[in-house]
Amino acid sequence: MTSLDLSPAPGAASRARRLRAQTAMELRLTVRNGEQMVVTFVIPLLLLIVGSRSDRFIDSDRPLDVLAPGVLGLAIVSTSFTSLAIATAFERRYGVLKRLGATPLSRSGLLGGKVGAVAILQVAQFAVLGGLAVALGWRPEEPVAGVVWLLVLGLLGTIAFGGLGLLLAGTLRAEATLALANLIYVLLLVGGGLLLPLDRHPEAARGLVTLLPSGALGEGLREAFATGSPGTFVVVVLAVWAVVAAAAAGRWFRWE
Amino acid sequence: MHYGRGDGQVRAVDGLSLQVAPGTVTAILGPNGAGKTTTIETCEGFRRPQSGQVRVLGLDPVGDAEELRPRVGVMLQSGGAWLGVRAGEMLRHMASLYAHPMPVEPLVERLGMTSFARTTYRRLSGGQKQRLSLAMAIVGRPELVFLDEPTAGLDPQSRRATWDLVDELRRHGVTTVLTTHYMDEAQQLSDFVHIIDAGRVIASGTPTELVADGAQNTIRLRTRAGLDTDSLAKELPAGATVAEPEPGHYVLTTGVDPAVLHRLTGWCAAHDVLVDSVLVEHQTLEDRFLELTGRELR
Ligand SMILES: Nc1ncnc2c1ncn2[C@@H]1O[C@H](COP(=O)(O)OP(=O)(O)O)[C@@H](O)[C@H]1O
Ligand SMILES: [Mg+2]
Repeated sequence: MTSLDLSPAPGAASRARRLRAQTAMELRLTVRNGEQMVVTFVIPLLLLIVGSRSDRFIDSDRPLDVLAPGVLGLAIVSTSFTSLAIATAFERRYGVLKRLGATPLSRSGLLGGKVGAVAILQVAQFAVLGGLAVALGWRPEEPVAGVVWLLVLGLLGTIAFGGLGLLLAGTLRAEATLALANLIYVLLLVGGGLLLPLDRHPEAARGLVTLLPSGALGEGLREAFATGSPGTFVVVVLAVWAVVAAAAAGRWFRWE
Repeated sequence: MHYGRGDGQVRAVDGLSLQVAPGTVTAILGPNGAGKTTTIETCEGFRRPQSGQVRVLGLDPVGDAEELRPRVGVMLQSGGAWLGVRAGEMLRHMASLYAHPMPVEPLVERLGMTSFARTTYRRLSGGQKQRLSLAMAIVGRPELVFLDEPTAGLDPQSRRATWDLVDELRRHGVTTVLTTHYMDEAQQLSDFVHIIDAGRVIASGTPTELVADGAQNTIRLRTRAGLDTDSLAKELPAGATVAEPEPGHYVLTTGVDPAVLHRLTGWCAAHDVLVDSVLVEHQTLEDRFLELTGRELR
């Protein structure tokens, strides 16, 4: 039998160390999960490649001007909403949130780890998808302002969609969250103003689409890369969604 | 402590009161649904009691959670790890959250986890999950550990290994509170036992005290048929009974001590009775439990 010192020596690791460990763990688990990688990388990549090669999809001589910002918006939704909701729902179901909430990490550290992992994944998405778009010939009119707005709208969109994702995960059963998070991802992708510009949506739906966080994100990014500014309306819509979704998640999220 | 509201309300823990001395092992023993998990999780700060007071290491489990978390190790009754995480990886992650964790490799060896350290949680057997969960409870070097049914579903060897570990924790000065519905576990492992049923403590004490508090023991005597049972009963302490359910087969219910046995054999000698066999049955915690609750544990 190995001798092992079991005597008490309680103490928490530093906050920075706990957060780093939790973020790294979340990242490892996400990257290892095939379905999450399909939603966050494979689908956006395929859309970018297929969309840029076919004019059936977007009727323009510069399809990437429309497509690339939309795919970046989709990437934001895939990590902050779909992937986050599904992962968190199962953590809740299997008592991971409960167990880690009883360690020095605590609930705030759990949330911090998620924020960190989502942010790192999104930067990787931006690099991979943006890089591929440029390689395919994307030359935005306003690359610098576009990237700055990508970060700003990305932050607001992540708070809005992250709040909605956590709201699902923290109130519904894990299976229901899994189904809904995927379904909403597909619906927003097709008809939520994310990938296709507003003028490709039915006229009656346009008013609604501009008020959706997905519509605001998609339109805002397309405008920002084309003109250097997304317009005030889009920023306000996203900011309102961010505040409401975060508050709702804080109010109704159940850890067990 | 109750769950739900209105008509569907369940009173899971009802005026339960108990204390735990530092450096001891305390067992909370009770049948399924007795309120063991609810009690222990209230101490762990997972739920706030609607009435009454809980203090753990002198602190409020909910209000002082931040101070308590590093000092208290928790083993949930089930779950607590990602499905896709490897056993060793989970343990290393837990260790990284504490200031002075146990070295992970020796702990893995000590708990016999080497063979499945690289297996993902979803593919572990029930017993392997239990061992990981136990390791997760102690890796941060807590001074107090709560173990919720640490040996449920374990094979005899693993059960023994868990008992040894709890015993060793006690020798290192760690306080342990565990729940169980195994009588022998409570009797062998713990310094104090609280038997709970329907959310209340129905008996407390050391295992020996609990058994000694109990009713009388049984002596089974075999010899020739037709003895004068009244005469024999008079020879024994007050309250003793003697029955002859089958010819030559006597059941004596009485407190048993050496003097009582001496009087029994003395009476036999005086009446020229040659005893074939005499068997003293001591009460176990299980008998005591049945006596207190009138029901089967498992
Ligand atoms: N979340 C809950 N909601 C409603 N009732 C519950 C809940 N958890 C436990 N109970 C009920 O409370 C009682 C005590 O449960 P528990 O503490 O888990 O018992 P034990 O751990 O001793 O088996 C049981 O009747 C159980 O059905
Ligand atoms: Mg229980």
